[in-house]
Amino acid sequence: MGKIDLTQLKEGESGLVMEIQGGYGLHHRLESLGIRVGKRITKVNSQLMRGPITLRIDNSQVALGYGLAKRIIVKIIKT
Amino acid sequence: MKQILLMGNPNVGKSVIFSRLTGVNVIVSNYPGTTVEYTKGYMKSGDEKVEVIDVPGTYTLDTILPAEKVAVEMLNQAIEEKKSTVLNVVDATNLERNLNLTLQLLKKDIPVIIALNLWDEAGHIGISIDVEKLQRILGVPVIPTVAITGEGIKKLVESLPEARKGNYQFENAERWQEIGRIVEEVQLVKHRHHTFMERIGDLTVKPLTGIPSAIIILYVTFRIIRFIGEGLINFFLDPLFKNYYLVAVTKAVDYVLPIKFIHSLLLGTTADPLGSFGVLTAGLYIPLVVVLPYLFSFYLALSFLEDWGYLPRLAVLLDNIFHRLGLHGYSSIPVILGLGCKVPALLSTRILETQREKIIAVALILMIAPCMPQTAMIVSIVTPYGGNYLILIFGLLFFLGITASFLLNKLLKGEAPELLIEIPPYRVPQPSILFRKVWFRLSSFITSAVPLIVLGILLIGILDLSGAIRIVSRILGAPLLFILGLPPETVFVIITGFLRKDVSIALLQPLHLPPKSLVIACIFLVLYLPCISTFFVMSRELGLKNSLKLVAILFISGLLIGGTLNLVFKILRF
Repeated sequence: MGKIDLTQLKEGESGLVMEIQGGYGLHHRLESLGIRVGKRITKVNSQLMRGPITLRIDNSQVALGYGLAKRIIVKIIKT
Repeated sequence: MKQILLMGNPNVGKSVIFSRLTGVNVIVSNYPGTTVEYTKGYMKSGDEKVEVIDVPGTYTLDTILPAEKVAVEMLNQAIEEKKSTVLNVVDATNLERNLNLTLQLLKKDIPVIIALNLWDEAGHIGISIDVEKLQRILGVPVIPTVAITGEGIKKLVESLPEARKGNYQFENAERWQEIGRIVEEVQLVKHRHHTFMERIGDLTVKPLTGIPSAIIILYVTFRIIRFIGEGLINFFLDPLFKNYYLVAVTKAVDYVLPIKFIHSLLLGTTADPLGSFGVLTAGLYIPLVVVLPYLFSFYLALSFLEDWGYLPRLAVLLDNIFHRLGLHGYSSIPVILGLGCKVPALLSTRILETQREKIIAVALILMIAPCMPQTAMIVSIVTPYGGNYLILIFGLLFFLGITASFLLNKLLKGEAPELLIEIPPYRVPQPSILFRKVWFRLSSFITSAVPLIVLGILLIGILDLSGAIRIVSRILGAPLLFILGLPPETVFVIITGFLRKDVSIALLQPLHLPPKSLVIACIFLVLYLPCISTFFVMSRELGLKNSLKLVAILFISGLLIGGTLNLVFKILRF
């Protein structure tokens, strides 16, 4: 199964976080919002023109910029 | 004195618990980052008086964000002083993420007690947590609470003395695995269907439905603000003031102090309360009849949107536009707060990460639109000349605000950071909390602004009646008036504007300016200087040097746009 980044995940699809491409700071900030390697996330939607992407992790929703989403690599989970 | 630090992730209800414990009113909303400054209050625990501190929210203790560092510094200081307890507020609907901070707190040398808040909401969405077990694992008391209704608060207060240092042993590097184990042991999640609020939540952020709904929501909000504000003025406060208060107070002054100078000072020289400046007429008419109704309706609408949880969603929708100004979408929250008053708006820029962002955001906040008292005053005195003048004033300011931020973004080195925010679930606003918040915001206007307005009007009255205005105007006014094309009397208005900007606009009324001068004067008065309180907060947030630079930019833009308008009007022979 191929790995894709978050921007390529479709609305409503879920993925398992495989990798976060960035330094300690980024890992840390994402982690504190619940986004970390091994975590299941669901894409809620994305805004037009490379706008931010909204995710669901457990019971919370997080919005993150397009550039950040590009750096989060996931594996699609078939439901 | 013993001390309790309220700590927890953003938007878990710390401030609501704080209000419950201390009775002190603080602003609470449904989005992360409402509390940027700590608030102190006091409560009784047994017979002892205890200090309670509402600490700004933080996701983690090893934070890199400036807004969160405040929390960490306060904790470290409390650990040193050895007289504090941490009341860790945990969102029961997001146990895993919240336990991250909890485990970090348990490693510290300080007693901890946990309030498992939003307990009802967790139940609604099918989450059940074994409190006993969680308590046993963590080794500190865990009390389920519903802060908004007060459920569990009594038990929480009774359990405070039982707070103790954590004895839960774990390797910091394996924190997430530990958390995973705990959650698995204590939490049971039932499968469930999407709630109605969640569906609305999704619809309002999907671009296809979100953008139209944003337009509708903002338009309806605007209409409601106008409807309530205008209604209160025209059908209630204005008649009350003119038909009863004015008659009574005029009789009273005539009876008690029939001296002409005093009479003019207290009641002005015209029948219209805005036609001249009496302390008891204009001094009360401006704040209580013109400004207060709009402030009330604005804060009612804003507080509703805040508590509902709409603002962060709007931030997501606006992210793209704000990126062009060098900001991310979350800056829309300070900008919206700034439509009410610039002071809380500037304080809330602390949620922004870099100094660069803050400078751009502050410029945008100060230029894009006036604060509500000024807006109310402009609407009140310009409306008789036609709505087009209002559109011209607010349209130009809006355009200028956007242009200034756009240019600052090009001029300042660096780029816009990426958006990264938590979107809270929609919640039904609680009327009692909503009205308390509105009242809190209004009372700070009444207590801090009204005395300044009355004082300003007293000063102006004395200077006007003694003839000093004319001398000052002649000395200082010439160049300014040449550029802006305003009559000499307006100089004094400009000078007093620094004190209270709504008063300065009210002062234009008795001058009976032609509409074009009124437009120029309004725009210039909105821009040229921030009011004293705004400047004070600005220099604290940005430093004196940056603030002075920004003020210079404001002043020059005010002159430029006023001067250009003056020229355009002249060329068009308007």
